[in-house]
Amino acid sequence: MKIAICIKQVPGSNELTMDQEKGILQREDGRVKMNPYDLVAIETALQIKEKYKEVVITSFSMGPKRAREVILSSYAMGVDQGVLITDPKFIGSDVYATALTLSKGISLNEEFDIVICGRQTTDGDTGQVGPAIAEHLGIPHIYGVIAIDKIEEKHIFLSQQIENKKISLRVKMPCVLVISKEAYIPRLPSLKLKLEAKKKKIKIMSFEDLNDSDIRKFGLEGSPTQVEKIYFPNKSKKETLLSGNANVIVDAIIERLKGEKLI
Amino acid sequence: MSELQINDEKCVLCRACISACPFGALEVVDKKLVVEDNCSLCGVCLNTCQFNALCIEKQENGLLDKNKWSDILVFVEHNEGKIQPVTYELIGKALKLIEGTSYKVYCLIVGYKITELAKELSYYNVEKNFIYDHKAFKNYREDIFCNVFQDCINVLMPAIVLIGGTDVGKSIAPAVATSFHSGLTADCTELILNEKLELVQIRPAFGGNVMAQIVTPNHRPQFATVRPSIMEEANRIKSPRNNIVNCKLDEKKLVSQIEVLKEKQMETKEGIQDAKILIVAGQGFKRKEDLWMVEELAMLLNGQVASSRALVEKGWMPYERQIGLSGKTVKPEAIITCGVSGSVQFMTGMKTSKTIIAINIDSDSPIFSIAHQSIAGDIYEILPKLIHQLKEIDKLANNKN
Repeated sequence: MKIAICIKQVPGSNELTMDQEKGILQREDGRVKMNPYDLVAIETALQIKEKYKEVVITSFSMGPKRAREVILSSYAMGVDQGVLITDPKFIGSDVYATALTLSKGISLNEEFDIVICGRQTTDGDTGQVGPAIAEHLGIPHIYGVIAIDKIEEKHIFLSQQIENKKISLRVKMPCVLVISKEAYIPRLPSLKLKLEAKKKKIKIMSFEDLNDSDIRKFGLEGSPTQVEKIYFPNKSKKETLLSGNANVIVDAIIERLKGEKLI
Repeated sequence: MSELQINDEKCVLCRACISACPFGALEVVDKKLVVEDNCSLCGVCLNTCQFNALCIEKQENGLLDKNKWSDILVFVEHNEGKIQPVTYELIGKALKLIEGTSYKVYCLIVGYKITELAKELSYYNVEKNFIYDHKAFKNYREDIFCNVFQDCINVLMPAIVLIGGTDVGKSIAPAVATSFHSGLTADCTELILNEKLELVQIRPAFGGNVMAQIVTPNHRPQFATVRPSIMEEANRIKSPRNNIVNCKLDEKKLVSQIEVLKEKQMETKEGIQDAKILIVAGQGFKRKEDLWMVEELAMLLNGQVASSRALVEKGWMPYERQIGLSGKTVKPEAIITCGVSGSVQFMTGMKTSKTIIAINIDSDSPIFSIAHQSIAGDIYEILPKLIHQLKEIDKLANNKN
């Protein structure tokens, strides 16, 4: 069985602050990490590999060259092989273009039985890429997967949570699974695998490797949505700000709660 | 291909854009500003440049005949025989959007034995309600629901499709939008129709510290999802309209790869949406063990514990306790936020709370802009004292009894 997982490198922190004097945005630091939701996708694939025979897991990431770091991290957790889809031509991709690029990368590599995605990223935060990849691949997706129950030759049995319902499903493969953060607890990378990861190869794919000569489908040109502008939300006027002596503060809180008849 | 363009003549190398770039994609090399390949064309830098030295060239694509696409289609969400409030909120917003235009509002409802349910929709000022009623639609199954949606869009050709940001919405919206090769903006907090009748979609970006204004200029329909409890519900009209249209889908399109074996209602513990008082823990907490303070406070005040996203991502708090656009929207009598600085994402999820008491160490915290009582202080100093005082009050009350 062949499993593809989609992972993304995201900024380590989302802190952006405003330099009040100059009126400009400031980023806290330039660190990056693996999108935490994708760790659960990796864990799901690894659990399948532990239970069933002949499972090969491939991680796919789209991003700048430094995104190879998340592929290495996935190796350190136990993923078998990795593909980095990277090209300056992909810059500015929205969900549609990102999902198109990833789905082309995935389908050109192998015929996968299962594609696993995290529920959302911490930077883009749209939670759409998984379902969009499925649509590009022309296969169904299952959203909100909380457990893999059983895998048979052509079918996967799984549990899904939709609002407050737990639903047991039997789905014909291939399919895309969008995993809930609560599904599995991701394991820590092992030192042994971490060392081995450094020796493992990462396959690099660029625009030329995607078998599609129409550049207008990719990057900013290929993105139906366009960001017109980005701005700081208006801050309304502050109520009086209390600070200083903790006892005075505590008294003020208690008065407030009493005033609202909450104590 | 589009790229960030730098006008070297205008650039004074002030480096404002370098510190602003969330991706670290700008730097100065040989006294010239250069852009690296990890630029995502997000446009944050454009706003920071005071010298107009930066621009992103976008191409206009005139191929699409936009005039063929008009009106708004709302996807009706229902559960356990009830139409979900988010549907009425979307209808409310859609009716506001079309004011002063020739657009009309239509609804799509999919399910099994929903004729009675659909009658409720006729009490809203909607042009037509398209009903797809079939045994195959008893449960949500992505592939065939997507077929229904496509069928309805192909007939109506709406300019705009609005979908609730629920589990079903988050699954179906991207699938349908992708199948029309169009764009979708998720979790919009505001929607506006501009003079070109384009849908201007506003949502928080970069973890919710800034707002992004997004358009879908060259593709139709324009898809947007909106989380529940963000928009105002439409008004119900007194006498029902005769606006129900029964629709059928080709048998071939009813074949699903997904089979539902069992469905179970999960135990509904009282969730944070139902709590009268919420105590929220944020990034101000340095260790997981310290969360006893919010738990104790919640117990003393008969409230519940909730969390900002940061702690959920660290694994310190369960997802069902998360407030914000990617968590739950809450509206308690009182909310005490402890060590929460207040991203737009977070605040959107709780700003309609009746009383907001915010404690955070940084006196410039955004949360103070919406708090009724703002406190700049250390939670490690204030919370133990507050717990102590509340216990004293409890003791007094018990003694009296």
